[in-house]
Amino acid sequence: MSIAAILLLSAGTFFFATGVIGFLRFPDFYSRMHATGKGDTLGAVLMLAGLALYNLDGGFSLGNLLVSMKLLFIGVFWFLANPTATHAILRAAFDSGLMPWTKDGKPVIEWPPKSQEDT
Amino acid sequence: MIGQIEDVIIQTFCRLIIPFMQVFALYVIAHGHHSPGGGFQGGCILGASFILLCVAYDIGEAKGRMSEKLNVMLCSLGVIIFGGIGVVCLILGANYLDYGILHKLLRVDVPQARSLGILGIEIGVGFAVMAAMISIFLNLASRGEHEEAIEWE
Repeated sequence: MSIAAILLLSAGTFFFATGVIGFLRFPDFYSRMHATGKGDTLGAVLMLAGLALYNLDGGFSLGNLLVSMKLLFIGVFWFLANPTATHAILRAAFDSGLMPWTKDGKPVIEWPPKSQEDT
Repeated sequence: MIGQIEDVIIQTFCRLIIPFMQVFALYVIAHGHHSPGGGFQGGCILGASFILLCVAYDIGEAKGRMSEKLNVMLCSLGVIIFGGIGVVCLILGANYLDYGILHKLLRVDVPQARSLGILGIEIGVGFAVMAAMISIFLNLASRGEHEEAIEWE
């Protein structure tokens, strides 16, 4: 049980670290959110699953099961809420006209896109 | 100025999550004397669920669910519950908010009376905090100009 918990916690830490590296190294807002949105979601859910397993290490009593269920509920909530929040932030940036990064600083398509104006 | 954004992902998510948020808020209020939480935190979560509705849809839609008049009344009701329980304790001959004395009124023993008294206090605080959060949000979001005025009979 604790080996599985350690594995899950390590995987969660790996995804968090990947997200932070992406956040530091990527050039603009969209790609940074792309890194942190995915990395944080999976990292946090894996860590919560690991903590729930670790909590069950002391035995399957009712109190332990209750705490583990609460941790799993937090995980489900996080799995729904974090991508939605990322989507909302990105949508707001897109609608306010932030241009994605390109190598020479010129937009590859006409910016802002025409189709966006009639929404 | 960015216009109103209708986003189907955010709206669907909010439709899914708001009932669970409100049930969780009631749990936090009702379990405040056994576990971390209480009236203030539960009221904040209740208010946040309503604010989420305002953000995902618009203020008019949210006001259709709970009018501003009802909101102000709930705020006052919360304060009345809080102060009323305290004054009842005073009338029964104990200190303000000394719920132990409520055992004369509720016909239970003293520890149970304390537990019920603090539950009542937390329900009052929860109402007041929820209504205050919503009121602050609506004032800020509409720049102080409410779309519909509060009508008093």
